[in-house]
This record gives sequence, C-alpha cells and structure tokens, in this order.
Amino acid sequence: MDEYQVIESKSPVFYDKYERKAELQHQTHYCPGCGHGVVHKLIAEAIADMGVQDRTILVTPVGCSVFAYYYFDMGNVQAAHGRAPAVATAVKRSNPESIVIGYQGDGDLAAIGTAEIVHAANRGEKITIFFVNNAIYGMTGGQLAPTTLVGQFSTTSPWGRRPSNEGYPLRMAELLATLEAPVYIERVALCDNKNIMKARKAVRKALELQRDGAGFSFIEILSPCPTIWKMTPQEARKWIEEKMLAVFPLGVFRDRKLAPMADGVPQTTVTKLLGLDKPLEVVTRPMAVKDSQPDLTVKIAGFGGQGVLLLGQILAEMGMREGREVSWLPSYGPEMRSGSAHCHVCLSKERVGSPVIEHPDVLIAMNEPSLHKFSKMVEAHGTILYNNHKLPAGLPPCEAKIYCVPASEIADGLGTTKATNMVMLGALLELTHTLPRETALALLKAKVRNVKLLDVDCQAIDAGMACLRKQLGSSTDAHAHDGELAPCS
Amino acid sequence: MRQLCKGNVAIVKGALLAGCRSYYGYPITPASEIAEAAAEYMPQVGGTFLQAESEVAAINMVYGAASAGLRVMTASSGPGISLMQEGISYLAGSELPCVIVDVVRGGPGLGNIAPEQSDYFALVKGGGHGNYKNIVVAPASVQEMADLTRLAFELADRYRNPAVVLTDGFIGQMMEPLELQAVESVQPEKPWAVKGTRETRKNLIASIYLEPDELEAHVRKLEEKYKKAAEVESRHELYRAEDPEVLLVGYGITSRVLRSVVDMMRKEGVRAGLFRPITLWPFPAEALRHAARRAQMVLVVEMSTGQMVEDVRLTLDGRVDVEFYGRTGGNVPMADEVCKELTERMGMTAEWGV
Repeated sequence: MDEYQVIESKSPVFYDKYERKAELQHQTHYCPGCGHGVVHKLIAEAIADMGVQDRTILVTPVGCSVFAYYYFDMGNVQAAHGRAPAVATAVKRSNPESIVIGYQGDGDLAAIGTAEIVHAANRGEKITIFFVNNAIYGMTGGQLAPTTLVGQFSTTSPWGRRPSNEGYPLRMAELLATLEAPVYIERVALCDNKNIMKARKAVRKALELQRDGAGFSFIEILSPCPTIWKMTPQEARKWIEEKMLAVFPLGVFRDRKLAPMADGVPQTTVTKLLGLDKPLEVVTRPMAVKDSQPDLTVKIAGFGGQGVLLLGQILAEMGMREGREVSWLPSYGPEMRSGSAHCHVCLSKERVGSPVIEHPDVLIAMNEPSLHKFSKMVEAHGTILYNNHKLPAGLPPCEAKIYCVPASEIADGLGTTKATNMVMLGALLELTHTLPRETALALLKAKVRNVKLLDVDCQAIDAGMACLRKQLGSSTDAHAHDGELAPCS
Repeated sequence: MRQLCKGNVAIVKGALLAGCRSYYGYPITPASEIAEAAAEYMPQVGGTFLQAESEVAAINMVYGAASAGLRVMTASSGPGISLMQEGISYLAGSELPCVIVDVVRGGPGLGNIAPEQSDYFALVKGGGHGNYKNIVVAPASVQEMADLTRLAFELADRYRNPAVVLTDGFIGQMMEPLELQAVESVQPEKPWAVKGTRETRKNLIASIYLEPDELEAHVRKLEEKYKKAAEVESRHELYRAEDPEVLLVGYGITSRVLRSVVDMMRKEGVRAGLFRPITLWPFPAEALRHAARRAQMVLVVEMSTGQMVEDVRLTLDGRVDVEFYGRTGGNVPMADEVCKELTERMGMTAEWGV
C-alpha cells in the first residue's frame, strides 16, 4: 500500500497521521457533526500560537475523548473515569513548568468525578479544564448524564428525565464559581460560528492564564452529539441554541486575579531533617556493664494526660542510649482519646521478640482502674508501682510485690502534676537499677528546653527514687500484697 | 546514628532517603502518622505533600506524579485501600512505579482500628481488576519500615509496577531504635515519563488496548515481568530453622511473636524454627520448601482467618501437614497461646503461662 498522504493543512500540534484507524489516518474516531473535533482544533490552534507544544501535557478522560492522545502530539496521560483533575493536579505539581490540560465530558466530570473537579478547583490548581457538555453519555451509547435536560430522553431515562427521579441538570460552571480559588470560569457553546469564535477566545484565554501562572481555569463547552441525539448536525446545533442555552446560560462566571500567596515553608536538607548530621547525645557505657543487667519489661497504664506514653518513651530511649534493644508499644486510637492509655516497654540484650508483653516484670499503675485491670498479669517475681498512698479495697490477691508511690501528690508538691510520670520514673530506676539516673537526666536535658520544667523533672525523679528507697530500706517483704500494707510515707 | 522512632514515621524517613519527595494521601487510623510526618518533612526539602479529598483522588494523584517519573507514595489502611484498588489496577496497567503503604486494621467494613493481617488477599492476590500483581514487602520492625520502604521504591522502579508495604497497626504505632544511613538512593532514568519537555513529548501513559491482540500482548508483557520478579526478588528470614521438626510461618508482627514461641518450644525440647516471608509477593516458595523439607508439621499463624496459609499450602503441596492458627479483631496472638496450640496439635502436653 502506498504511503498515506494528508492533503489538508492542520495544526502542527496534531499528529500527521492518526494511528487510531488504520484505514483512514486523516480522520478522527469522532462521529460526523460531533463537537469534540472543533474543541480539539481550538485547543491545538491556541497551543501552536502560544508556542508551548513541547511543554503541554494532556490528561484525557474516560468517554468519547479517551483517544484524544491519538491526535494531540504532546505529552499524554490517560486517566481513570472522573479522575482527570486529580491526575492533572499531580502532573502539574510534578512538572510546574508544564501546561496541563484536563479534558473531560459530562459523565466524567459532573457525575463520577464531581469530588475531584470541585476539590481541584477549590485548591486553585494551576491547570485548565475543558469540560465538554453534550447532556448525554456518548461513548456508552446514550445514557442519562447529570447534565441531561429535564424531559430529555436517554436509554436510562426512557420517559425523559424526571426531576422526581433524577433531579435537575447540574450547572458545573455556576457551581465552581461559588469557590474562592478559580481565576477564570466561562461557559461557551458550539451552536454557530459566532459562538465558536467566542469559544476560541475562551480556550485561548484559559491557556494563557495558565501559562502566566494565574490559577485554575475552567471552560464549559456546550457541544453537539448528533449521533446519540438522533439529529442531523444542523439540527443538533439548533438544539443547543434552543434547548440547552435556556438551562445552561452562556457567559463569564469568574474572571479575576489572585493576590500572590506566600509559601512560607523553611527549607533544609534530608540529612539535617532526619538528624543524621548529629552524633548521639549520651555516650553509651561499655558492653560489659550492660551485659550484667537483666532484661526488663514494663507496662505503664493510667489516664490519658498522666504522661503514660511519654514515660514509656523515655524509658525506651534510655535503654537505647544504654545500648539495649528496646521496643515501645502504645495503646492507640479512640481508647486513648476517651481517657485510658497504656504502653509496653521492653529492654533487652537480644533483639526484642513480641513487643506485646503478656507478663511484665513491672507494672506502673498510674490509677486505680489500671491496677485492677492489669495487676494479675504481672510476673510472680514482678513488681507493681501504684500511684497512691495505699492500695484500694477489693483488689484481688496477686503474687507481685506492690509499692505505693504517691507520684501525683509528690509532683503537686513540686509545683506541677505534669511531673507525676517523672516521679514514677525515679521509683522505677530505684527499683530496678537497670538504668542509671544520669542517663535519665542527660536525656531530659536534651529533650526539655524549658529550664524551669527541666529542674522540676529532675527533682521529681529524685523524689521518686527517695520514696522507693525508703520503702525498700524499711522492709523487703512487708509490701507483698497479702493483707496488711504499710503506707508509703 | 540510632534514634527512637515510630514505625509509621520510619516509613517516611525511608522514603526520603529513597529520594521520594511526593506524598498524596488521606488520613486514617492507624496510618495517619505517615501523612503527618510527610506533611512535616516533604515541603521542607522541596517536596510535595497534599491531603487529597479522598483515597480515590489520592491514588490518582499518585498516578499523576508517577507519570511524571517522580518517586511518589501514599499510605492508608483497609477501608482506604479498598477505595484505592481501582487506581492501583490503573497504575499496574500503565506500568507506573509507586509505593503504597497499608497499615492494616481490623475489618471487614469499618471493623476497628486495632491491628490485623486481613488485607493479604486484597494486596498480595490483587484486589483491583485485571491481570496484575503488586510487589509486596512486609516489615517486622521499625528498622524494616524504613529499609523495606526504600527497597519498595527500588523494586517499583525496577519493574515499573506498584510496590506495597504491607504492615499493621502495631508495627506502625510502635517505637524502636532506627539506624539510617545518610546516603540517598540513586534513581534510575525514566525516559518513558511525561515531563512537559521536547524529549518526552511523544510519551503516553495509558492502560487502554482496545484490540484483543494488543491487550493480550500487553498482559503477556506484564506476565513476563512478574515471572522475572518471582525468580529473583523473593526475600525471607529464618530463625533457628536449620533442623526443625515444627516450622512456624508468619510475617510482620506475628513473626515477632513466633520468634518468642520458637525459643520457648526449644526450651521444652521441641525443635521449632521460624520462616518469615519478607516479600509476600513474590512469595519465597522455594526457600519455604527447603526450610520445611524435614518438618513434621508446619504451623502458619496470622492475624486473620487464614490468608497467607493458602500460599503456604500451595507451596508445600501436601508434602507436610500445614496447620493454621489465627486471631482477628485486633487480638494479637500471645506466645503462650501459640505454644499451647502447637503442643496440642503435636499431641504433647505442657503447661504454658499462668
């Protein structure tokens, strides 16, 4: 077969040959009298005149224009049904110098993709959307569109569109014009040459605005679909004028400039951002010292706001700085928000297995419900630190030793209830001797910027240590939970 | 340096070191810290963070950024992943690399926010429409959240395919020491990308092939790619699995519990070992067959009613008894509990726990 020759002149923005149809490579796949060809020409002409073909990217929809990439000689991205504005959003943000066009039909944009178009417009994405509204689903054979006119027949509105069943036609240009961010919104129609010239101007203006970095632009184009409407091309154009314009009035709905917006995010490097340029702030001890220390598992439980999770984190971080393997596992989600919180901390010489502690060595119960709920889980040789003067009545017997540390009260005495968790940390350090006080102080120094608060935290740790030392010194077994218990202070 | 870091945050740190500067997502518990960390970090290093209007929009934004050749990611949990499935199918069909994180929570439906491993089918077996695969990695520690996210970006680019980091609420929420190397990944050239330049003008990103023969050729091409990945990309970890009479199989948080189970069983004189798939697709089938060759029993433990166990059974093909133990609803199986199950099924008696 001879090389196919195209005789007509056409925009250089279109490919010389259209690969879509092997037989007729100068023809598009669109039906005779369809508006898409006209819209394509207007876009191509504007792109050519602006000299931006290389940097223009077309995002095509699902619909009759899904194959627009066979015609437009530019970067092409084919999007899922309705999602062109979301795809175009990221295409533009990823290529800020490009000119990004979203090309969508009425089903794509005004039905399945309503959320995407509204939000892309509302964010003021610097893209241009050409919305081809022919009041019907063309590609799938004439089903109802959100823009189908009242009374208009379709294969899925066999009695005509009934507002009682399908509501009213959706006016997208007007809807988007309620938003703050768009800079240019216009509705045009392909009903006669005069209006096509208006459409030509609108298309050009929208693209120029994008070229100049102005903001979101949206052109709705009322477009004929003679095949599905079952009309001649002439009748179809007349139908736009006589029927569609009454529902979809033409005009400019938005044309304004946005004041420049500051971005205001400080810039840095990944290395700095991730703290990879800083050495560890606390020097770790030689391994020999650590190896002599036993592994430790701690469960901390209480009300949200008692610093339960933070206490666990500090403990884990201390362990890490001492060269241990550590894990910290919190309760999370609504449970935390509704009042109770707990976390599990493992300090180990070996890689930590399950971070979920079945039987902790130590339970820190910051409140009574936590003591009731978790005391039975503690190891037989384990210990419970309870945030109160004395144990509550009705606590079921358990094998663990219980020490009362009135941490909240001690913290109050130091000037802030916030230091309750630090009192408990002190008690824990005194109890286990697994981690040195100096590591805790060094860690707090690195974390707490407020000097006054840091001072209180340090005092709290010492007070907690003192409180427990007193109890450990007075007796070794008296605190076992087997009836009578000595008060802490 | 070592830093104490939350699993979800480690994902973003790993992504940054992989050269990812684009994040599009939608918040959901227990994955929200990923979005929050990305929101904090990405703009500070010249990157993009955008909270989309929905997971549907988010995955399509990922599609857009991937079209431009950028390393891009999103993260969600079960309900959000369900919404993303259409987009994931498009990404695979259009051969676009990206990383998708699923911090799995309890399902079906709204379920709850506690950890489960019930999205295995949805991501390892597909979930979206059509003939495609996701590359799926399953971290079991905070360190791996960063390292495997980085690997996921590399695999995604190598195969021009979505890669999934499949994890759960516990690994996402827990804190552990994290060590990062201050070396950023070298990214491959992507001559196929659409960048709004003269060189890339002819490029087309699409998954539509209307002619049956064309689509079949495309599907075969994807299939070849997956075959190649299956041959060379599977990864796994063994623990005390040199001579097991009982082989335990689990991934993610469950594998941590099973590690403890192995130690406890060994103390009782049972030669237990652990096989942990690190890649769920490609499934480390050959390595599993090898590890199980002398086992009397294989016990698969999952936080589901049994999903990965199907792959284990297919792999071992009746050569050994494959038992299953699962918990759901956010219950993490305890080591005691698994030991008890195991000894019962072995016909032994032993006391476990209190």
